[in-house]
This record gives sequence, structure tokens and C-alpha cells, in this order.
Amino acid sequence: MISYLEFEKPVAALEARIAELRAASQGEDVDISAELKRLEAKSADLLVNTYKALTPWQKTQVARHPARPHFSDYVEMVFDDFVPLGGDRHFGEDEAILGGFATLRGRKIMLIGHEKGRDTQSRIRHNFGMGKPEGYRKAIRLMDIAGRFGLPVVTLVDTSGAFPGIEAEERGQAEAIARSTEACLALPTPMIATIVGEGGSGGAVALASAERVLMLEHAVYSVISPEGCASILWRTAEKAPQAAEAMKVTAQDLAELGVIDRIVGEPIGGAHRDAAATAQALGDALEEELDALSGKSAKQLRRIREDRFLRIGEHKPRREKRRSGT
Amino acid sequence: MSWLTRVRNSLPFLEKRETPDNLWVKCPGCSEMLFTREYEANLYVCPRCEHHGRIGADTRLGQILDPGYALLPAPEVREDPLKFRDSKRYADRLKQARANNAHPDAFTVAAGTIEGQKAVVGVQDFTFMGGSMGLAVGAAFVAGAERALEDKCGYVVVTAAGGARMQEGILSLMQMPKATVMTRRLKEAGLPYIVVLADPTTGGVTASYAMLGDVHIAEPGALIGFAGQRVIQETIREKLPEGFQRAEYLHEHGMVDMVVPRAEIRSTLAKLLHYMSPAEAA
Ligand SMILES: [Zn+2]
Repeated sequence: MISYLEFEKPVAALEARIAELRAASQGEDVDISAELKRLEAKSADLLVNTYKALTPWQKTQVARHPARPHFSDYVEMVFDDFVPLGGDRHFGEDEAILGGFATLRGRKIMLIGHEKGRDTQSRIRHNFGMGKPEGYRKAIRLMDIAGRFGLPVVTLVDTSGAFPGIEAEERGQAEAIARSTEACLALPTPMIATIVGEGGSGGAVALASAERVLMLEHAVYSVISPEGCASILWRTAEKAPQAAEAMKVTAQDLAELGVIDRIVGEPIGGAHRDAAATAQALGDALEEELDALSGKSAKQLRRIREDRFLRIGEHKPRREKRRSGT
Repeated sequence: MSWLTRVRNSLPFLEKRETPDNLWVKCPGCSEMLFTREYEANLYVCPRCEHHGRIGADTRLGQILDPGYALLPAPEVREDPLKFRDSKRYADRLKQARANNAHPDAFTVAAGTIEGQKAVVGVQDFTFMGGSMGLAVGAAFVAGAERALEDKCGYVVVTAAGGARMQEGILSLMQMPKATVMTRRLKEAGLPYIVVLADPTTGGVTASYAMLGDVHIAEPGALIGFAGQRVIQETIREKLPEGFQRAEYLHEHGMVDMVVPRAEIRSTLAKLLHYMSPAEAA
């Protein structure tokens, strides 16, 4: 059962009609296959055209889609093995940020990422993917291990932002994020970050200060949520669509600005329509990127990473370089 | 006409010596009317309630550095890279901010000495678009760090910002790792990096270079945090504790080394630089 987004309503209506026809034709003699074919083609066309022309705000909805694949789904579908590691050794275990040893098509890596959760219970357990200081400090710990054992770091970023709460502030949310960013930059091994859903502000940067930053086709990445930006600059959250447009939050915009390096294509209708295909594309992209970075020394890797961030925004925008997807 | 204006107008002898608008200021802490000259002489700290007022870049530099320091030129950056517009054009907001400010953006760097010790000082100015961090702030921070590396001296940064400059979208966010590249380089070069947290320091600025100092000094009462108080309140729907996110609270929770009144910041910095003098090159 697909849950439809507001702008997908016309598609939903067509798909419902198709399902109805199918059900009605069961056991009947009338041949409706021509009509079904016609409707299916129309529906597919509509989906293609809708997703070709998604506005930044619509993409934000897709990126937040409740059925969108999350960290745990990718663990299942992209990696051959996963050994989760837990705890920051100071305060606790934060399940908003997960990580551990993983194998990507035969290659040993360290995998870290945000997990939003799927149902009410797991969403609460994972705090909706909003990391606390202990989560970022766990990430730092894992990056340190990765560095010492020569493991490339792969991160999957999917958070509306770091958790805004009293305890998080008390335990140094800002310091934890800053140190996590620092740990990314210090890594002696390759690091590839992928924004798979939402890349929300500092809570995302802390796991995305990598030499290669990828984004799924309909993911968004921004300094503040469109709602937050709208309520500050337009004084009403209802202007979120305008804020999303103005801030340039889409993968396509960010590739043009040189903020991300590669867009990983999603199936027509978004990652949630075909998680397996999304996982396949993500795995292919990660493999290619890791291949390209292998053999570089720690010094070279750090230099690439540093130059990347020192240069962002200071030069003419780069043209989008799209090497995968449709 | 406010009562103050009326009082001023009834004292014509004062108007001859002073611009009336500059004669008195109201303390934002205790609402007392303070004699401007007295307030200035006290480094913009209220003599009654000790409230540390927000101050501009030049005032701050003058309070920290010995006379004769040199301002670094503001780096050239792409202006309004997103052609951003909300209810107003960002380009117009920038123009307006510049009209009211001595510097082209919110981060100003100077090289000089602090009680005789060589240092580069970068100050963030809250009066310039809330001190917000965009390309210009990031580039100025980098320029300051580069100068410290060149001069082989400490880098002192005074932070004051509401966070990232939303009108530069993701590019403002990218200033976090950018600044962090430089704090790492200072560390590798064995040079001290000291942060003075002024009111307010929040958002992405706190979550990057403001929390990466070798030593963190905070001004009394300064608001310092990652998330805004309104956002936190909306999320947890609980009353915030007394003194939450204030300098003293951060000190209690181990996030800053010391809370230092403005009058003692210069001598404190000098002392820290003395202890953290760069090791002689081997
Ligand atoms: Zn006062």
C-alpha cells in the first residue's frame, strides 16, 4: 500500500481506478485489458511527468516520505554484512545515529548514519533521526576506529536536524557536532557521505564533511528547514514552499553550486516506490566512488577534503556532473 | 516624544556639548538610564547590573588589542550567490547593513599584539545582520587563521551570531566545515586558538568554530547554545531552566573554561597566550 503525497493525488486516483478495474474483471468474461493498458500507460506517464517537474517543496515531501528507505533498509539491501557498534563511552547510546563495521561488495568499511525509524515505536526509539551529543560522539569514536584500521567511512545522512532539547544542550550538542565535523576532516581514510533523505543543518554536516558528497535524486539538504526559514524570514511557516525554492535545497541545485559531487538517480516516483532499485543505484555509486579514492594517501585525502570545503561558494558554479541514474 | 526627549530638550545646556541622541542609553539588562560616557568608559558594561552590552567590531578590537593594530582587508566573496529574496531582497538587506556599519560584513580581522604578545584577532559583529555566518564571514575567518599561521602566532576569535546566514542557503552551512579546516591547521601548526564567546553565540557558529577552541572564554550572561530557545520550547513543551544556555550555565556543564568580565578579557587573553606560546620550531 503506497501512501500518496498531496501532489500525487491525480496519480493516486488513476492507480485506484486501475486496481478497481482489475478487481472487477476477476471472474468476468469482459476483456478490459485494452482499457487497463491504456490507464496504466496514462498513470505511468503522469508519474514520470510529475516527478520530472517536482518543485523544491515537493521534493522536501518526497525526502520526508514515511515509506522512504532509511538507514536500516540500506543496511539490509546495500551491504553484505553489518556489525553494529554502540555507545559514546561517556554518556549513553543514541539510536538516532547508528554505525558499525560493514561490507560493501567485498570491501570492509565503517558505516555511519541517521535512522529515523519506521513505525511509531521505532521512531521514538530512534528519536526521529535527531541525534544527541552522544550520537555524534559515537560517530567520532567510530571514525577514529575507521582511521586506525584503514577502513573507508561511508555515511548515510537523513535527519531533520540535531535534537533541540535541554539535555542535548547541557551535554554540549554544539561541541559534539563541531568535533564530529572535525573528525570527518581528520580522517586518514576515504570518506563518502550520501544525503539519502533530509540533510538538516549542522546535524547533517557533522556526518557529511567528506571529500565526496552524494545525494539521492529527490533528497534535500539545507541550512534550516523550509518551515524554519519561512517562519523567520517570512514570519509564517506557510511560506515554506517559497523558502524551499529560495534556499536551493535540491540535489540538482546543490550540484550546480558545487556543494555536492554526484546525484544518485531514484526510480520513477521516488525511492519509496522501489527501494531495491534505489539500493542498487546507491551501492553502485558508492562502489565507484570508493574505487576512485582507493590508493590515495591520508595526506592526499585530507587535502582533497580540505580544498573541497575551502573552495565551496568562492568560484563560479560548476555544471552538474551526473554519472548515474536515469 | 518620549519622556527622555522631553527631559533632554529641557536641558539645553547639555545639547551644546553632546548630540542629544548619544547622551543616555538604556541598559538592556536592568533598564536603567545610563550616562553614555560612563557606559562607554565601562566598556559597555552596565555599572549597576553588570549586563554586558553588544558591541561593534572596532570597539571590540580596541578593547582587546594594543593600540596600533592593523586591520586585514575584507576578503572578496561572491555576493548574494543565490539571488535570494524573501519579503526583501538579500542584496538590499546587505546594502542596508553596510550603510549602518563600518565594515562590509560581520567578521573583521586585525593583527597586532595583546599586552605585547603577537596575535591575530577576529571579531564577529552581531550588529551586522545578527552576526550571521555566510561566505564573507567564512572567508574572513579563514583569512585570519591564515595570517596567524603565517605570523606563527595565536588566533583569538570573538563570536557573536544568531547562526548561519539563511539568505546564502547551503553555502552558509558549508562555512562550518570550512572554518573547521582552519582550526585543524592551527592545531597542527601548534598555534593556540582561543574563543571568546560573546552574547549571543548560537546555531551553526556554536556548532563549529566557537566550540573548537583550545580555551573557551565566555562573557558573563552571554547566551550560548546550539538550538534556539523557542525551538527547544516548541519541541519539549517544558519550561526552560533558570539561566539555561547562559555563560555561567555552560561553565557549569563543562563547555567553557571560564566566565570572564569584559574588563579582564584582555589580560586573560594575554596570560593564556603566554602559556600557550608556540613551541619553538624543531
Ligand atoms: Zn543594567
